[in-house]
Amino acid sequence: MAIEDDVLVIGGGLAGMTAALAAAAAGSSVRVVSKAESSLGHASGLLDVLGRIDGELVSDPYRAIARVDTDHPYAMLGTDRVRQAMDWFDGILGDAYTGDSHTNALVPTIAGTVTPTARYPRTMAAGLASDDRSTLLVDIDRMPAVDAPLAAARLEAAGVPFSVRGASITMPGLATDITRSHFARLVDRNETIADEPIRDQLAAAIASVHDGEARIGFPAVLGLEQPAVVIDYLSAALDADVFELPTDPPSVPGERLTRLLEAALDDAGVRMTAGVPIVDVNAADGRVRDVRGTHANTSVPYRADQYILATGGLVGGGVVADRSTVHEPLFGCHVSQPADRADWYADTPAGPHAFPRFGVHTDHEMRPLEADGMPTFVNLRAAGAVIGGADFPAQHAGSGISIATGWHAGRRAAEAIDR
Amino acid sequence: MPVHTDVLVIGGGSTGCGLARDLARRGVDVVLLERGHLTQGTTGRMHGLLHSGARYADTDPESARACIAENRILKRIAAHCIEPTGGLFVSLPDDDPSYVEEKRDACAACGIPTTVLTGAEARERAPYLTPAAEAAIAVPDAAIDPFRLCVANALDAIDHGARIEPHTEVVSIRREGGAVTGVAARQARGPGDRGRAPTYSQGPVRGDLVQYRADIVVNATGAWAGQLAAMAGLELNVRPSKGAMTVMNVRQVDTVVNRCRPKGDADIIVPHETTAILGTTDEEVMDPDAFDEQPAAVDRLIDELAALVPILAQARSIRSFWGVRPLYEPPARRTTDPTDISRAAHLIDHGHRDGLDGFLSIVGGKFTTYRQMAEETADLVCEQLSVDATCDTAEAALPGSEDPERLDDGMDRFGLRSPVARRSQQRLGDRTQAVLDGKAVNPAVCTCEGVTRAEVRDAIASCGADLNAVRIRTRATMGTCQGAFCAFAVGNDLHPAHDETTATAALDELLDERWKGERHALWGQHLAQAMLGYAIRGATYDWYGDDEPDWTAFAGGATDGD
Ligand SMILES: Cc1cc2nc3c(=O)[nH]c(=O)nc-3n(C[C@H](O)[C@H](O)[C@H](O)COP(=O)(O)OP(=O)(O)OC[C@H]3O[C@@H](n4cnc5c(N)ncnc54)[C@H](O)[C@@H]3O)c2cc1C
Ligand SMILES: Cc1cc2nc3c(=O)[nH]c(=O)nc-3n(C[C@H](O)[C@H](O)[C@H](O)COP(=O)(O)OP(=O)(O)OC[C@H]3O[C@@H](n4cnc5c(N)ncnc54)[C@H](O)[C@@H]3O)c2cc1C
Repeated sequence: MAIEDDVLVIGGGLAGMTAALAAAAAGSSVRVVSKAESSLGHASGLLDVLGRIDGELVSDPYRAIARVDTDHPYAMLGTDRVRQAMDWFDGILGDAYTGDSHTNALVPTIAGTVTPTARYPRTMAAGLASDDRSTLLVDIDRMPAVDAPLAAARLEAAGVPFSVRGASITMPGLATDITRSHFARLVDRNETIADEPIRDQLAAAIASVHDGEARIGFPAVLGLEQPAVVIDYLSAALDADVFELPTDPPSVPGERLTRLLEAALDDAGVRMTAGVPIVDVNAADGRVRDVRGTHANTSVPYRADQYILATGGLVGGGVVADRSTVHEPLFGCHVSQPADRADWYADTPAGPHAFPRFGVHTDHEMRPLEADGMPTFVNLRAAGAVIGGADFPAQHAGSGISIATGWHAGRRAAEAIDR
Repeated sequence: MPVHTDVLVIGGGSTGCGLARDLARRGVDVVLLERGHLTQGTTGRMHGLLHSGARYADTDPESARACIAENRILKRIAAHCIEPTGGLFVSLPDDDPSYVEEKRDACAACGIPTTVLTGAEARERAPYLTPAAEAAIAVPDAAIDPFRLCVANALDAIDHGARIEPHTEVVSIRREGGAVTGVAARQARGPGDRGRAPTYSQGPVRGDLVQYRADIVVNATGAWAGQLAAMAGLELNVRPSKGAMTVMNVRQVDTVVNRCRPKGDADIIVPHETTAILGTTDEEVMDPDAFDEQPAAVDRLIDELAALVPILAQARSIRSFWGVRPLYEPPARRTTDPTDISRAAHLIDHGHRDGLDGFLSIVGGKFTTYRQMAEETADLVCEQLSVDATCDTAEAALPGSEDPERLDDGMDRFGLRSPVARRSQQRLGDRTQAVLDGKAVNPAVCTCEGVTRAEVRDAIASCGADLNAVRIRTRATMGTCQGAFCAFAVGNDLHPAHDETTATAALDELLDERWKGERHALWGQHLAQAMLGYAIRGATYDWYGDDEPDWTAFAGGATDGD
């Protein structure tokens, strides 16, 4: 007997979770089956909609959608749907995030750059680069990825409209190679290290380098559970607005967002099955009949009326390449690609590369299309980075694409259910 | 004011560094000029095989004898740069079975010890070897780290009074009467003040023109030796030949594996630290600075070598790179296939050959025989300068190789995780204690290769703001992630010793260099890894943006601060 649902979402990243929430909100019974951790754990936690187009920084993401290529997922959706999806998603995010629907923000990062985004965690709000208040950046000497004095010097060189300085602190009680998530858990529990609660020790260490700056930036490691409480505590103790800087992986804000969405899925009654890769597909007459996952060497069948492919792009494993071809490994959906591997990449790391655009192409219903323009299966939709046509890192559009395509695919799947 | 010295050595590869060491130890005043960082040329882009000589035993016995002699010497004087992996020549069903005996006999004639193994015995030494292997010959091949070896030679040269000047490109050779009397070189502003001065990887060195005067100028520029000779108005028939290599993310073999057949491409796997390197190909090129790097060559390496070690077909390649052999052909021979050009070294006295005194060229040869090439060259230099000193480079251990027990103690003393400690010790040799003995917090900066901050800072202290040189010394950014996760962290350690502009330019140089090799391995898991690195730099950092925005137009959601 197969496990049965209205909608089966394959892949539990941002796109899959969004699709599941949208389908559940429309009244369907939904299950998400996911192989492994999603790329949200790598992602900064910022939610971009569209930050650059043809390399140019854009202030209003929705206005700029008109300029994307015709095979871009936003072109398929249209500006209105992207905006509706984001507005709906804001309701799920609640207080945890902020931003303005028509204006991007520039958020300073640990690398000493500013990055354009549409929504950012509230913990980063005091740090915006448009704000002209004096700023101190602080790092901990045992986290080698962050060097606050260098980051401050880079921001200054970029001409930010505020004075900025960096300083390093040391916290003797910590392990030499402490990870970000370990640090965040210590902060969550306010554990005592070197005879002092960690939040007090952190406040004291920062105070020793603070010189009256109006705001203080720290790498995004201030707790997984209640960062707002920690930030309020530190801000009061230091008499300055404390904020977080987005980091490279492992990303604490990415992990917080994962937890937030998992809680929302739980509330919506969506069933989550983690650690199970879907490996096999059974289809007939142009419809997916059921799929099989494997778990502990046994094969588990899942059946649904509608299926959503949200297995991610190259990072998630939804798009894979061997030495000569790029393909979508599960359903074998068509993926267009340059014939010669030498054309997959540019000679410099900045690009423009072809590989970030690898993925399936869909119709307005979000159904993957074959080379002849026909849907691969009538009851299969795609969402997120498995869809090609976008260079999300260059365009600063990653989360927006996952949210908008996930929302649309989830709603359409719910509408299509044969009752 | 010109810089005066007895001998100028041009080229900072194995040959040049070995020669600088040899001359300095004999008390000769020597300055070495290298246009990039040390090992920028072929030495930094080769397979890292310390030849036993078995490869050449049947076709080029003279080179084979030189290899086995140097193999024994280097295992004594440079043990910390060598992993004595041993090597196998493996015969497959397609190969001529009588060649195994031929090879064995040829090795015996050159004094190379061998053991003939059955296929099953060979698989005990290399479990992933194909079950089809019929027989193998075990030989004393080894893996050698060319970067550390050159640096050790350079350090010893400096200890004996030599000057080593990287980022200094010779642009003309000075002829007076019938002799070469010096060179003019462009020098990038020195380490520590390099600003945006480029390394050679970004094109010719710009910077100050410096004049050098010397009694003898030695051209040790390998594949570029023809270009140098042309600056002196001479012709030197160097025939650069390119070879591709690809680096796997794990080491599938713990011993060198060669295919046992007369000659051919794509027939050798060398384990190195945490990786295995597949090689190589052989194809003549016109210009050693500009040649095609074709993905097809990489595919061929993997396909052909998977016949020897089948799991290579599924394994993950993390980067590929090409080097150019400095093959030299004496006049009048017109060999068409570069694989037929002898690997022997050639020392050319241009006074003798062309009537131009004070100018020598040392070309061809192998990395394995660099010390012998240096000795032969230094003998001639000393003869011409009437210096009476004997060579001791075959006996004197290189810096970093003394007193291995002290390294073991370091492990406990510095309380490092053991693989990190072990590798630190291997890399630092007898300098471990001095480098790690600080009070400062010492986290691992590059976790794939277990490189700590102290090591990175130590390398920066001696290499300056050149992260590629730091990488070469420490292996930081050379593991599975190819710097996707750690390049920024490694770059952070430049600051504040170097200012922001310098630190940022050096980081971009490192990222560019990593990409050069990585782009040839963009499929399978490594494409996923490359996309991850690209997403971090693009989506998270916006690293490639360089606009001057109207800040107030980007105040989305800003609340009034006060
Ligand atoms: C390093 C990095 C930085 C980023 N930074 C930003 C940023 O600053 N701003 C921004 O807006 N976006 C950013 N993003 C993008 C964004 O966070 C998401 O990665 C993107 O939206 C893709 O989401 P997804 O759900 O489509 O795919 P993924 O998150 O990759 O999820 C795919 C899921 O499917 C699972 N899966 C795959 N195959 C199977 C199978 N056969 N069976 C079952 N499950 C399977 C995977 O295990 C995974 O859980 C970043 C991404 C990365 C990687
Ligand atoms: C693919 C391949 C694999 C190989 N594998 C092995 C192996 O496994 N084992 C082995 O023993 N040998 C191997 N070799 C051979 C070996 O690498 C070379 O013989 C050796 O490294 C040559 O060293 P070199 O110092 O003579 O030349 P190089 O290392 O090329 O040094 C010459 C230097 O001169 C510099 N230079 C050039 N022009 C100027 C200028 N105008 N001013 C200043 N400096 C200048 C260059 O930047 C360069 O650094 C391999 C070669 C190749 C191509």
